[in-house]
Amino acid sequence: MTSSAARIGVVTFPGSLDDRDAARAVRLVGASAVPLWHGSHDLEGVDAVILPGGFSYGDYLRAGAIASLSPIMAEVVDAANRGVPVLGICNGFQMLTEAHLLPGGLIRNDHGNFICRDQRLRVENTSTAWTNAFPDSAEITIPLKNGEGGFIASADVISSLEDSGRIVFRYLEVNPNGSMNDIAGVTNARGNVVGLMPHPEHAVEPGFGPDTRDAMRSGTDGLPLFASALASLLAAA
Amino acid sequence: MSDSPTSMRPTVDSVSVAEATPEKEQPYAALGLKPDEYARIREILGRRPTSGELAMYSVMWSEHCSYKSSKIYLRQFGSKTTEKMRKNLMVGIGENAGVVDVGEGWAVTFKVESHNHPSYIEPFQGAATGVGGIVRDIISMGARPVAVMDQLRFGDIDSADTARVVHGVVGGISFYANCLGLPNIGGETYFDKVYQGNPLVNALAVGVLRHEDIHLANASGTGNKVVLFGARTGGDGIGGASILASDTFSAGGPTKRPAVQVGDPFAEKVLIECCLELFREQLVEGIQDLGAAGISCATSELASNGDGGMYIELDKVLLRDPSLTAEEILMSESQERMMAVVTPEKLDAFLAVVEKWDVETSVLGEVTDTGRLIIDWRGEQIVNVEPRTVAVDGPVYDRPVAYPSWIDKLHEDTAAVLPRATEPDELRAQVLTLLGSANLASKSWITDQYDRYVMGNTALSFPDDGGMVRVDETSGLGFAIATDANGRYCQLDPYFGAQLALAEAYRNVSVTGAVPAAVTDCLNFGSPENPEVMWQFSQAIAGLSDGCLELEIPVTGGNVSFYNQTGGAPIHPTPVVGVLGVIDDVARRVPSGWQDEGNNIYLLGTTATELDGSAWAGTIHDHLGGRPPLVDLPREAALGALLHAGAMQGLLASAHDLADGGLAQSLAEAVMRFGVGARVWLEELMLRDGIDLTTALFSESTGRVIVSVPREDDVKFMGLCEGRGYPVLRIGVTDAGAGSASSDAAIGIGVEPTPVTDAALDIQGQFRIPIAELYAAHRGTLPARFGATVA
Repeated sequence: MTSSAARIGVVTFPGSLDDRDAARAVRLVGASAVPLWHGSHDLEGVDAVILPGGFSYGDYLRAGAIASLSPIMAEVVDAANRGVPVLGICNGFQMLTEAHLLPGGLIRNDHGNFICRDQRLRVENTSTAWTNAFPDSAEITIPLKNGEGGFIASADVISSLEDSGRIVFRYLEVNPNGSMNDIAGVTNARGNVVGLMPHPEHAVEPGFGPDTRDAMRSGTDGLPLFASALASLLAAA
Repeated sequence: MSDSPTSMRPTVDSVSVAEATPEKEQPYAALGLKPDEYARIREILGRRPTSGELAMYSVMWSEHCSYKSSKIYLRQFGSKTTEKMRKNLMVGIGENAGVVDVGEGWAVTFKVESHNHPSYIEPFQGAATGVGGIVRDIISMGARPVAVMDQLRFGDIDSADTARVVHGVVGGISFYANCLGLPNIGGETYFDKVYQGNPLVNALAVGVLRHEDIHLANASGTGNKVVLFGARTGGDGIGGASILASDTFSAGGPTKRPAVQVGDPFAEKVLIECCLELFREQLVEGIQDLGAAGISCATSELASNGDGGMYIELDKVLLRDPSLTAEEILMSESQERMMAVVTPEKLDAFLAVVEKWDVETSVLGEVTDTGRLIIDWRGEQIVNVEPRTVAVDGPVYDRPVAYPSWIDKLHEDTAAVLPRATEPDELRAQVLTLLGSANLASKSWITDQYDRYVMGNTALSFPDDGGMVRVDETSGLGFAIATDANGRYCQLDPYFGAQLALAEAYRNVSVTGAVPAAVTDCLNFGSPENPEVMWQFSQAIAGLSDGCLELEIPVTGGNVSFYNQTGGAPIHPTPVVGVLGVIDDVARRVPSGWQDEGNNIYLLGTTATELDGSAWAGTIHDHLGGRPPLVDLPREAALGALLHAGAMQGLLASAHDLADGGLAQSLAEAVMRFGVGARVWLEELMLRDGIDLTTALFSESTGRVIVSVPREDDVKFMGLCEGRGYPVLRIGVTDAGAGSASSDAAIGIGVEPTPVTDAALDIQGQFRIPIAELYAAHRGTLPARFGATVA
């Protein structure tokens, strides 16, 4: 398989906002981005799936709750259970927890406001389908922007996630939303499904990412997530 | 649909009933019409209006919709133009939004509008629907909205009621624009007690489109279908319509309705995508958004701009509340609705697209060649008017104008005589006081609640001087935009105050490296029935239009908001001016702060003792008087050209505008932007310009920018300035300081991830302020009043 033969689907819900950004990130690592539609049952044979950020169906109920029951999600669940790499970003993470592909849930930020900031994270598990291109314990900065990003789970679930290394991303320096144990992102037991609240697709292109010490908006720390998926697909082919 | 029993309904006030009952008393005054306006309606129709017609005329002839007090002045924006100004203007004033050619086949459409009064009554929904309304204007031009920004004026920051309005307004904008997926790339926030009873909430949106995709909303082609789609029509937003719900029209019907609209951003997001697909598939002749005056406005404007005739069956309107009267349906300002004109052969394809997006739709009627707008309701004709008489040929007033009785005295009260500090410690304290003052403090408490990343094209945003967005991913073509309005200057002199707003916005676009190209404005004033306010308005328009002519950039559209006053006290005149610029490649953009060690810092322009109306006078001395700084527009143009040349040649490591707070504020902001300090010396400046230290630090003279230049580019840069004859003086050098990055948590309330080092703003021989102290002063002000967002 060549890079461009790797087809990564990006699902668009009516209220998806970051679908174009996710598709751009996929293209920037050399894979092909395939647009998928929420009302369809067809994954069009993609090799991996991204559930992008946004407000899916308005999220006037619990964020991601209705989206988790959409036609395309039935297929995403099947694919995830077959081992297809699935990434949920922000609203996509909320969908994955609502669909029970990932544990826990996301609630209103503890301070009550929507927050947009450049967020420092540690990548604590570099063996998932979406993080294998990061060095161990990599510290990265990518944008965070959400109103309902507080990760919660029962004490049992939290300790089992901690013990089994399934906490993939952890907030550093500032916990921006009251997430338990500073959890920013988690994976399933198999390591093919990853969800996180911050937005790696907004840190993939110099000039449009977070500020760094070197230059304004030059941060591309999100790129390895997409490169990881491509590497997983190429390795599996 | 479960209709309420017909027996409960009032008799329909049809055209034939109106003809038969000419003497019936009508509540025109309660609807805001003057006796002579009502008489004119009767004259136009040759009979009394029906209640439906009265509803339409009353909303369309309102100040908000008809511009009846401002029209004679606004003509100057069209008449004071040159060939150069018209060259890139693809659509000008009068359409939903102006359109500017930005090159490579791309066009940009942008506009700023007020939502002041709803936002005071109900800050959250008022501000939210303000965003929604301006975005629909952009969509209706055929463009994809790509950015928003807001111009906010609140009351005294320490007044308890201000917190209520701030929380509501910021929450509403955050709720609506974040959900639409539009980056918020800048804007302004001011606090002043003159806005206590009348906050200003202006919303600006920008859209991009290909030249061939421009659509104008008009109803042409007899037999074409008129289709209403989007949200259902409800009883919200019926301004002044309480009388319609009284016994006069609908005994047993719904009672008083809320006058503020309720927003559903998800419905609008879907509407954006739906409209763009309809345009892309060429399934519509035109789309008109429904904003103020709802269906009354959309039908009469579409018909006026087209063949002139339209037939509508009002019963076809999908309702949230089946008990609404015809008059309420005509006046409802329910949000997230659009009206399209569709050819009969494309109707099925049109319906397929709206169904794909789960958007509700109904065909209301069609375009006719009768020259009349005819609306039927329950089988009776309730409206039969010539549409232009409703939408275009409303009343026009030449209101009395009076030179304000108080203004000469205000001019005499100059800030030049206020005591000035001479001791370094005192000046240092003043710098920090200004930095933490309500209007100069960091607004990140607000802007951090907005998504600035969505769409992945944001090249600059808050806290840089202008916002910048990439238009073309291949070439890097982009636009920059900045808005400004200093109400204090405008109170002192509305003519020059408006020009100062224009000059500052122009400069804020120029420092990004972009070339200013076009202007939009939102003119916020008190009551036009007050001759002194009308004088301020006339002066501001003259100043702004003269200024645009001098800079040769056209006004492409905007909005007038009158009646911004509580009791008899009007707000300061606040003409918000937005300047849009074009940049060939956003990779060439210039940051506002220092990133590198050892760059030379230059001050462009000269400084005079111009403290009247300044932040220093207001904050340190609670003073407002005198005359605002001189504005020299040819100089601003020369400065803009110099900055553009510097940016294109890659000579500028940074460029930052000097405005409110003067040099001290600008230096502090450039330090805080990336956490790199500076050593600055001012003796040479004071000697050259013959000024004291207070003036050097706090004067607000125009035409000034600080730039930083890498040493290897010094010769080229100085050559550039000399070649163009622009005053330039080296005043310092950037100094990163020692120490490593530590957490922003250490700053306490900081939410911007800026490394803290021992860097400082060092005014040599005077005082030194470590960066942590700058941050603490700058970032603490809003969280202290409104609550920290991140613990």
